[in-house]
Amino acid sequence: MDTAPLIHMANQIARNLAAQGEAAAIEQTAQHLIAFWDPRMKAGILAADPTPLSPIARAAVERLRG
Amino acid sequence: MGYEPQADFGTPEVRSDTTVTLTIDGRQVTVPAGTSVMRAAAECGGSIPKLCATDNVAAFGSCRMCLVEIDGRRGTPASCTTPAEANMVVHTQTPRLEKLRRGVMELYISDHPLDCLTCSASGDCELQDTAAQVGLRDVRYGYDGANHLGLAPDTSNPYFDFDPSKCIACSRCVRACDEVQGTLALTISARGFASKVSAGQTGDNFLSSECVSCGACVQACPTATLQEKAVKEIGKPERAVITTCAYCGVGCTFRAEMRGEQLVRMVPWKDGKANRGHSCVKGRFAWGYANHQDRITKPMIRDSIDEPWREVSWDQALSFTAARLNAIKAQYGARALGGITSSRCTNEETFLVQKLVRSGFGSNNVDTCARVCHSPTGYGLSKTFGTSAGTQDFDSVMDADVILVIGANPTDGHPVFASRMKRRLRQGAKLIVIDPRRIDLVRSPHIEAAHHLPLQPGTNVAVLTAMAHVIVTEGLAAEDFIRERCDWDEYQDWARFVSDQRHSPEVLEAVTRVPAHALREAARLYATGGNGAIYYGLGVTEHSQGSSTVMAIANLAMVTGNVGRRGVGVNPLRGQNNVQGACDMGSFPHELSGYRHISDAATRSLFEAEWGTPLDAEPGLRIPNMLDAAVDGTFRAIYIQGEDILQSDPNTHHVAAGLKAMDCVIVHDLFLNETANYAHVFLPGSTFLEKDGTFTNAERRIQLVRKVMEPANGFGDWEVTQELARALGLDWNYAHPSQIMDEIARLTPTFAGVSFARLEAEGSLQWPVNEAHPDGSPIMHVDGFVRGKGKFMVTDYVPTDEKTGPRFPLLLTTGRILSQYNVGAQTRRTANTVWHAEDLLEMHPTDAENRGLNDGDWARLTSRTGETTLRVTVTDRVAPGVVYTTFHHPATQANVVTTEFSDWATNCPEYKVTAVQVMPSNGPSEWQESYASWSEKSRRIATEAAE
Repeated sequence: MDTAPLIHMANQIARNLAAQGEAAAIEQTAQHLIAFWDPRMKAGILAADPTPLSPIARAAVERLRG
Repeated sequence: MGYEPQADFGTPEVRSDTTVTLTIDGRQVTVPAGTSVMRAAAECGGSIPKLCATDNVAAFGSCRMCLVEIDGRRGTPASCTTPAEANMVVHTQTPRLEKLRRGVMELYISDHPLDCLTCSASGDCELQDTAAQVGLRDVRYGYDGANHLGLAPDTSNPYFDFDPSKCIACSRCVRACDEVQGTLALTISARGFASKVSAGQTGDNFLSSECVSCGACVQACPTATLQEKAVKEIGKPERAVITTCAYCGVGCTFRAEMRGEQLVRMVPWKDGKANRGHSCVKGRFAWGYANHQDRITKPMIRDSIDEPWREVSWDQALSFTAARLNAIKAQYGARALGGITSSRCTNEETFLVQKLVRSGFGSNNVDTCARVCHSPTGYGLSKTFGTSAGTQDFDSVMDADVILVIGANPTDGHPVFASRMKRRLRQGAKLIVIDPRRIDLVRSPHIEAAHHLPLQPGTNVAVLTAMAHVIVTEGLAAEDFIRERCDWDEYQDWARFVSDQRHSPEVLEAVTRVPAHALREAARLYATGGNGAIYYGLGVTEHSQGSSTVMAIANLAMVTGNVGRRGVGVNPLRGQNNVQGACDMGSFPHELSGYRHISDAATRSLFEAEWGTPLDAEPGLRIPNMLDAAVDGTFRAIYIQGEDILQSDPNTHHVAAGLKAMDCVIVHDLFLNETANYAHVFLPGSTFLEKDGTFTNAERRIQLVRKVMEPANGFGDWEVTQELARALGLDWNYAHPSQIMDEIARLTPTFAGVSFARLEAEGSLQWPVNEAHPDGSPIMHVDGFVRGKGKFMVTDYVPTDEKTGPRFPLLLTTGRILSQYNVGAQTRRTANTVWHAEDLLEMHPTDAENRGLNDGDWARLTSRTGETTLRVTVTDRVAPGVVYTTFHHPATQANVVTTEFSDWATNCPEYKVTAVQVMPSNGPSEWQESYASWSEKSRRIATEAAE
């Protein structure tokens, strides 16, 4: 699966929520992915190399594992 | 119903808290104070002869036909201009009046062609009726005097003719253009006997003038002077059916006036609550596509998109489709299948498509074309107010004191509502326009915006946050409202955020290019000018920060207390006729009807019980995600009803790649659209004239669509979807769309009180309609926000990833124009092409000169995504550095150029910001020529009989 679009989307979500403060942004980014992403997209980003993810996006993605 | 002209009370309705009682011809009548004697007489069943009066324009008092006598008063005043007064005693039929009226009528008829037997208006002519009403028997003056009978007709407009020889100079057309439409394109030129209705300037005809062909003048004309060509060609209508327009989100109601099975004309219905008897060129005249030769009326299939189509029976088409879908599901799983609902189809049809995907295909991979227009509205207003809809009805604008239009061009996109808005502006409401282009509203007859903020495309959030900065830091916030209606702690957090100096107009000017002083003045006006109403369109939503902009708009409305009453609010102007309805009906992959998340077990169980099947609890794919997944090989089949994603969605090359990668593309449409070039199954669709159902307009108004003729393909679209469901083994047995609405009402709390029977009885209903709001909800959030406390959302400006640079120094923004609609599938197949035969590129004179481009030259438009060519229009409507075009024509395919950047929250494409370069060209690009060739090949239909 091409994960580049998923990485871009996750970073964009995180960046737009960053002004809420780091903790809230991580939580809201994670909730956004849970609420709006199809299972294959969630699986795709969990399997992707996290290096290009911003810190907020990476922390949010980690929450999906839980 | 049979054919009856619409009732005409002569003068407009007056609303007043006080009434007066008077006596007319011995009958007592009570009317609101200010009502004319003419209208009072009409309301008690009387009929005073009239020619220059009609109830959609102000009384004029020129024809001298409506004279009356009033006890205690001298003379014979005109009843149209005389207000009814308490205890007035009026006589409308006396020998004196009869003599006067006959005398005036003699003068009219002495200069009128005596061709009633052959006149196309015979039997539908107020002059003819009035002559009979006043008992005209002869004309003492003869017919040989000076007259206007030799004046040549103007047939330049494609839809109606102007025959000045039949004109009685009543000025109804001129006044309709002024008061109803607000274009002021018509005038009475010259004076005295030479007086003549004229369009535009000397030398103009109707086509070359400022006339926008709304039809208000034609509707107002009491003779055959201004008349639809169709009436001349087909004849007088014999019956009329009330239905709802299938063009934009205004949702105008029309009388479809029929002769046998043939539609003669669409006439705006005076009782329509969305349009109040007005229309635009599309709804009024551009319905010819319904009978266009390009209509496909037989199902077609093919094994591969390289093959020609084969016409087959419905059974063959449905069996073929079901077999392919079942095979794909068996091999790849349910999540490899999906569908797209259409904002052009009815609520019932949309509901069925998402039901088919969820309960038949077994996935939540359903999305709608609202994805590419107003999905950020749903997200933003849901977060802030608690529901995904505008807050007002259209009538509310008449109570607005300050109107803020951002990212919308109502005179082109929503022309009937724009006329109402312009009327309010002419009454003195102030206007703020935030738009990169100088849209027509900025300066038009008797209207001039107090502020036009021509921002750099992509900086909406920065501008709105700067406005919030001004309002908060200058102490203009409505603290009482906020404390009572909103979460105070969240407000304080937000206020601190916007108060930061980095959000000041002065700091952000470098980004927005809006002069700080102008932005400050605009913010002050919105906050302090009385009732402030915000209207917005796709210039807000189709950005990488579309959802943030919607939330920033909601923040502005809350901080100024402009929510929850008439004259204020947040008003998304929906693009297509049923965008609101398509969203309401559960078309998004993450939610069921009524905007309830698919993961909510309680909601899901309601649907599972009703539909008798378990539903997937995980959200499905959005349209762009479907295309990505198709390229990846995990999404293999799609059912697309009434949508042309190849032409309308961004990055055409990527859309084509996604479609091409699928094993089964089912297109259900009126025409072989561009998407159908990649389809394996074509299911012919039906027009709005051919089926029953409902549309929901931008003010949440649910209105009936009524079948006026039999479907050319044999079935309404809801029937086709039902047959597909049956082919897949689902036991669907709807006999009428009303039964689908009953199911929607059972499952959707905001529609609980909606039924076809109620809509028949009441004309329309605005949701929510339920126990808490039994009569519907013209204005929302009156006593509190749907979510409880209004939520201020911090909206930080995040620049788009789409950057200009040396290679692509210009910003392209796209939109639409008055005469065309969306991808043009309908309007390109009408005479509307006379106004817009091709997409044009608007470019500032400086940019054009720098590139050696002149008006009308071919230019190559190139972005990082692709290129196309089109002709240039040089205009200062756009700012230097910005170019603009439309996406109505497949020969241009403007979306070859647009990118896949999208709104962060909803993936609504960023159509409004594409970095481009424009250079001279000598004609269509290589891609355009190869696509045209491929498209022609793909549309082949085999001539041999199907097996």
